[in-house]
Amino acid sequence: MDVVVCLKQVPARDAALRLSPAGNWIETFDASPEMNEPDAYALEEALRLKERHGGSVTAFSAGPPEAASVLREALAKGADAAVLIEGEGLEQADPLRTARLLAAGIRRKPFDLVLTGLQSDDAGFGQTGVVLAELLDVPHAAIVVEIAAEGDRLTVKQELEAGWFQKVEMTAPALLTIQSGINKVRYATLMGIKKARTKPLERIPAAELGVSVEPAQKIAKLYAPQKSKQTQMLTGSAKEQAEALVEKLRFEARVL
Amino acid sequence: MSVVVVIELQDGAIVPMSWEALVAGGTAADALGESLIAVALGSDLTAIEAQLSAKPVSEVVLLEHPLLERYTADGYVAALASAFAELKPKLALFPHTYQVRDFGPKLAARMGRAFVSDAVGLGVEDGRPVFVRQMFQGKFQADVTVEGEGTVFASIQSGSFRADVLVDGPASPLRRLDVALSADQIRTKPLERFRETAGAVDLSSAERIVSVGRGIKDPENLPLVEKLAAALGAEVAASRPICDNGWLPLERQVGSSGQTVAPKLYLALGISGAIQHVVGMKGSKTIVAVNKDASAPIFEIADYGIVGDLFEVAPALIEALERSS
Ligand SMILES: Cc1cc2nc3c(=O)[nH]c(=O)nc-3n(C[C@H](O)[C@H](O)[C@H](O)COP(=O)(O)OP(=O)(O)OC[C@H]3O[C@@H](n4cnc5c(N)ncnc54)[C@H](O)[C@@H]3O)c2cc1C
Repeated sequence: MDVVVCLKQVPARDAALRLSPAGNWIETFDASPEMNEPDAYALEEALRLKERHGGSVTAFSAGPPEAASVLREALAKGADAAVLIEGEGLEQADPLRTARLLAAGIRRKPFDLVLTGLQSDDAGFGQTGVVLAELLDVPHAAIVVEIAAEGDRLTVKQELEAGWFQKVEMTAPALLTIQSGINKVRYATLMGIKKARTKPLERIPAAELGVSVEPAQKIAKLYAPQKSKQTQMLTGSAKEQAEALVEKLRFEARVL
Repeated sequence: MSVVVVIELQDGAIVPMSWEALVAGGTAADALGESLIAVALGSDLTAIEAQLSAKPVSEVVLLEHPLLERYTADGYVAALASAFAELKPKLALFPHTYQVRDFGPKLAARMGRAFVSDAVGLGVEDGRPVFVRQMFQGKFQADVTVEGEGTVFASIQSGSFRADVLVDGPASPLRRLDVALSADQIRTKPLERFRETAGAVDLSSAERIVSVGRGIKDPENLPLVEKLAAALGAEVAASRPICDNGWLPLERQVGSSGQTVAPKLYLALGISGAIQHVVGMKGSKTIVAVNKDASAPIFEIADYGIVGDLFEVAPALIEALERSS
């Protein structure tokens, strides 16, 4: 099974983020970048499918030149090849444009399955995979927590609201967006990191793919969220905070 | 032109989040000076006709076809794309459900348009819809606009608009549009929906909940949380990563894919406050957040906040509770 997996580089989950001067994105240089968490699960799933069924894993990313580091990580974990669709500022591209770029790159070679994370930890639109399926004209399922393949028949388990699930069948080629927690993600081994240096990492300038640079949607302004509640912040040492809280819960909120 | 709201059905009944999207649509329709249309899809929608047309809409449009009996992305996108070609909505709103996550962006892409997912607010500026949505895991909010000519697509997050302002009135006109669908257009086959656990733990009836997140670092530290819960007379719950890792059973997960709770007291330890967690607990009467990051979004909905290390605060709380009891 030839699997394509799409990876995005995003700020680390616990990074302190500052607004950029333009006020519509963050200062990317002070946010230590890492592989988007759901994408890491998608990569792991791709590697396991290859281990079970043979074939190959190709990692794709559409991003700025620095995004090559998540592709190198994928190669070190066991992906066979990687393709970076490269352009300055692509981390801010809207999902329709990102999906168009990825589709243009992925279409160049036959594939059986495309996996993406279900959403990114930065913009969190949660739709690049679903839009990509439409552009590649393949069936898809979003928010997948289990994949079973038999030949080109796929049976996947989709997560639904409030603890419900549903199985869905389809025939490859297909696209699945992967939910966090679907598997246990592996670490790269030293051997893997060494091997990765000999594996192909192709860079395609985004401008060569003939995709419109006009944004489909625009982030006009980014700002700190407005509080919906008056929060009483309790200060002091841990002991003082704890005592103040117990007092408030007992006599003010009356919930103890 | 119009504002269209797509109503979601589950087992023939209208999913409540649809009403919130309808309220959002009504607000936008007023501000834009457009009419409001509710659209529903299914194989036979007679049973919900009256319920829908009693709502304050100018029209109800029904898309019926045997192949729409069960949801498939291919069937829904084909049916809605042809309906929208006729209705030419200025704005199309959806509830931000799992189903909409599965087909909404695909529908927009088929029409060459953007999809603003997960909006928590909607205004109109210079005759254009402006959406508010969270970004960067809730650390920031963004005002988002859609560019170019054509329908503006968006989904509305649960709890962002109040459905209780909808009052039933005289029946609005009802129209059925022809749906052309063939079985070979539908490439996925949905099987039965099911639940994994029998739901041994019912958190929804708990009076007090201590909920733990990734800040707990290691399953070895969970006894601290259990001890605090015992001191408060509370049930233990968790954010998703804790259950994903198998540190606590899935039935203790709170959030959009877990349980929805509304206890008297919800104490969140080391939980950042991602929207999928918050939708499951924001109805709690009193919310306490303990987090070492003062900018964690959980503080936005907390009544009491403690910025600090949970490994210091939780033991101090246990002590203070024991002393005062
Ligand atoms: C479709 C979908 C469905 C989802 N469903 C759910 C759901 O039902 N429930 C759910 O919870 N999530 C759900 N999620 C995941 C959600 O988006 C978040 O990823 C998740 O809630 C984060 O969990 P967390 O807050 O525990 O972890 P993190 O976001 O990693 O936050 C950990 C927090 O702990 C704090 N911290 C760290 N160390 C300490 C310390 N020593 N003392 C104090 N604080 C500390 C950090 O500052 C941080 O704020 C869903 C996501 C998707 C896409």
